[in-house]
Amino acid sequence: MKVKLKIWRQKDQHSAGRFEVIDSPELNPNMSFLEMLDVVNEDLTATGREPVAFDHDCREGICGTCSLVINGKPHGPHRGVATCQTYMRSFKEGDTIIVEPFRARPFPVVKDLIINRQAFDKIMHAGGFISVRTGGACDANALPVPKEAADAAMDAAACIGCGACVAACKNASAMLFVAAKAAHLGLLPQGQPERYRRAKAMVAAMDEAGFGNCTVTGSCEAVCPKNIGLEFIARLNRDFALALLKGERPAASAGAG
Amino acid sequence: MKLESNIPAGPLAQKWEKRKFDYKLVNPANKRKYEVIVVGAGLAGASAAATLAELGYRVKNFVYHDSPRRAHSIAAQGGINAAKNYQNDGDSVHRLFYDTIKGGDFRAREANVHRLAEVSVNIIDQCVAQGVPFAREYGGLLDNRSFGGAQVSRTFYARGQTGQQLLLGAYSALCRQIGLGAVQSHTRSEMLDLVVVDGQAKGIIVRDLITGAISRHAADAVVLATGGYGNVYNLSTYARHSNATAIWRAYKRGACFANPCFTQIHPTCIPVSGDYQSKLTLMSESLRNDGRIWVPKKAGDKRPPAEIPEAERDYYLERLYPSFGNLAPRDISSRAAKRVCDEGRGVGESGLGVYLDFAEAIRRLGEDKIRERYGNLFDIYHEITNENAYRVPMRIYPAIHYMMGGLWVDYNLMSNLPGLFVLGEANFSDHGANRLGASALMQGLADGYFIIPYTLGNYLATQKPDQRPSTDHPAFKEAEENVRGIIKRLLSRKGKRSTADFHKQLGRLLWEHCGMARTEASLNKALQAIPVLREEFWQNLNLPGEAESLNQSLERAGRVADYMELAELLCRDALERRESCGGHFREEYQYEDGEARRDDENFAHVAAWEYQGPDKAPVRHIEPLVYEETKMSTRSYK
Repeated sequence: MKVKLKIWRQKDQHSAGRFEVIDSPELNPNMSFLEMLDVVNEDLTATGREPVAFDHDCREGICGTCSLVINGKPHGPHRGVATCQTYMRSFKEGDTIIVEPFRARPFPVVKDLIINRQAFDKIMHAGGFISVRTGGACDANALPVPKEAADAAMDAAACIGCGACVAACKNASAMLFVAAKAAHLGLLPQGQPERYRRAKAMVAAMDEAGFGNCTVTGSCEAVCPKNIGLEFIARLNRDFALALLKGERPAASAGAG
Repeated sequence: MKLESNIPAGPLAQKWEKRKFDYKLVNPANKRKYEVIVVGAGLAGASAAATLAELGYRVKNFVYHDSPRRAHSIAAQGGINAAKNYQNDGDSVHRLFYDTIKGGDFRAREANVHRLAEVSVNIIDQCVAQGVPFAREYGGLLDNRSFGGAQVSRTFYARGQTGQQLLLGAYSALCRQIGLGAVQSHTRSEMLDLVVVDGQAKGIIVRDLITGAISRHAADAVVLATGGYGNVYNLSTYARHSNATAIWRAYKRGACFANPCFTQIHPTCIPVSGDYQSKLTLMSESLRNDGRIWVPKKAGDKRPPAEIPEAERDYYLERLYPSFGNLAPRDISSRAAKRVCDEGRGVGESGLGVYLDFAEAIRRLGEDKIRERYGNLFDIYHEITNENAYRVPMRIYPAIHYMMGGLWVDYNLMSNLPGLFVLGEANFSDHGANRLGASALMQGLADGYFIIPYTLGNYLATQKPDQRPSTDHPAFKEAEENVRGIIKRLLSRKGKRSTADFHKQLGRLLWEHCGMARTEASLNKALQAIPVLREEFWQNLNLPGEAESLNQSLERAGRVADYMELAELLCRDALERRESCGGHFREEYQYEDGEARRDDENFAHVAAWEYQGPDKAPVRHIEPLVYEETKMSTRSYK
């Protein structure tokens, strides 16, 4: 099969981008979408044109690196599937496929289809952790965790940090990403001591990075390659409201006493 | 050169305790005067960077990914071993130690492996405290499953995403330290050379993958946790960007490379479907807990699996290895699959595949239970093959998965270059000639959380605080020029063939001549062909783009240039090791039933190769493996 790609080309963060139309060479329907791009890039290289830059790594849907908007939808046509697990059998001979980077102001385009997602890391630096030092942990079975809580935490923890939720959102909100991490930790007994402080710190970092507000349209859930649900956003909203009600305790000096 | 393993004296079970006490300490006020470079942020790198920063060292972390959360540890599916004995099924530190030594076909150091088994229990505690959502029973306690090469259930897991969850745990600890300002994180930054000053590792040269800028970074010690080199074979279960460049360039600066030929070929991967294929996808070994592996008894039987009656199926692992059955270790299962396919009994279009069948488990446990245990794996299988494995058996075939070899390190995880520490898959230390399932995660985290924090301090205590060389030192200048020279050479070729094309050819050559089965003739053939291919690579490479911008073609070309050299060392090592053991199978050395024939008299040693310069043969050094506690027995899983 052959397809026509209408693909985003952009030299660097500071240049304007544009669409370029590229005819694919002969393809096999069992190729993954990224393998199709590999083949296209081989063809471009052989004919002296510059290959298309795109992010990818594990190619098994877990590292969260790949980040393409395919025909207007982050990660392409299928629900619960990342770009790298999208196969050419989902397209027809002669199709025109529009390929763009994830678009959101906090995710500037670096080149062609590659974006900068450091804003996600910054949110994590602000509070996406349980403050525990190596070495001080008690026996793992000293703290039973109800299976239901562990399973729900795992549902949230499945987030691969790709940013499709942001790309799909008309407000470029990162609420699903933040909510998934806050819920993963907040559902577990180990995460309780910092639960409210965490919610506040991560939301503040999210706002500072320039992500928009959540209006619960659900587009994030619809494109999430790991099917992370809106219920976690509800949970984060609740934790955040409670955190505001609880207010701040004045910091006590560590040297006191 | 004599390779000094620095294994502590005394009884095996007390070596680590004793050594920890003997290590020199750095006082807390001095710790902040030391800078440590950690390259990589997989399980080993992230856990090391976080833990060293918690201790008070100033840490710089470099990754080529866009975020430290993306290293390929994230793709490990099945689980992590630990000698907790929560199942009361007879597990112990000593049993985990013994299983790992035996699993490695008696080619690992006793003392290292025992230490690994000791700290395994701390890893689980640490990860649970970080909030890793391991699978639990209804009573709230941790669940376990069994894995290849063991007869106890000691594997902890988080659905089919254990590596992801452990990595996110280490990443969160790292994030906390970055937020506190204790770790400086450099993303999209690739290490391209090691800087050695007066015989000690004191810095690295880095290329910014966005701007192409080359920068110098000095430190009091350098920690490499840059993963394995399986992509030398091109097709593998590794992430596409996993590469050997950091360790290979350290090798060219004098760090010895140990046992490069010890290659793990994983028995349960989705078979190759075409020439365009960019990677192979693993189906977790945990599937072998409930799936049964079989092929038709008759060669050339092309009937659909459902039409082949029970009596005409050969459950060959259960037949050959009745006590371990479908849970035989990876090397043994892989070779068995190759043998039945070589006999013409392979399944699927290519004939290079065997069935992994869940029909019986679904009858026994119900589809829901199987979905709960392996749902995400069945989903991945469906996405790739468009087949529903709840209805038809999966087709699997072995693929390159892990490299047991790596930079040589002593008991302290320090290479023969003082100041250069190597962790995780990048070193050679703990898995001998074959790694057991669920042991890679254990080793990565053991190295990063519980070993390097002690051993690094012992080295730094010998270095004066705040005395690291400046980046103006001639060694930095020379290393930077070397990097610029390589990039310039690559970009100045205006040939006809792409990097990917060369990589494919190299991979096919290695897989054919130095893959699951190796012979003196095949290795000699490879050793003739590789230099020719390398020569052509440097003459006929067509590399687009420029150095001063984001150029993915250039990134890959640099890595493939290194594979062109590493492949030769791999074959040379395989040729010199005239025995079969674990992941290294020489057809000349086997028993009548096709099992590996080890030669303990001549090869019970680590082979560590020392670089001698371009176009010169490297020197093979030997570190004898001394077994004090265990007897080197013939490895049997029958």
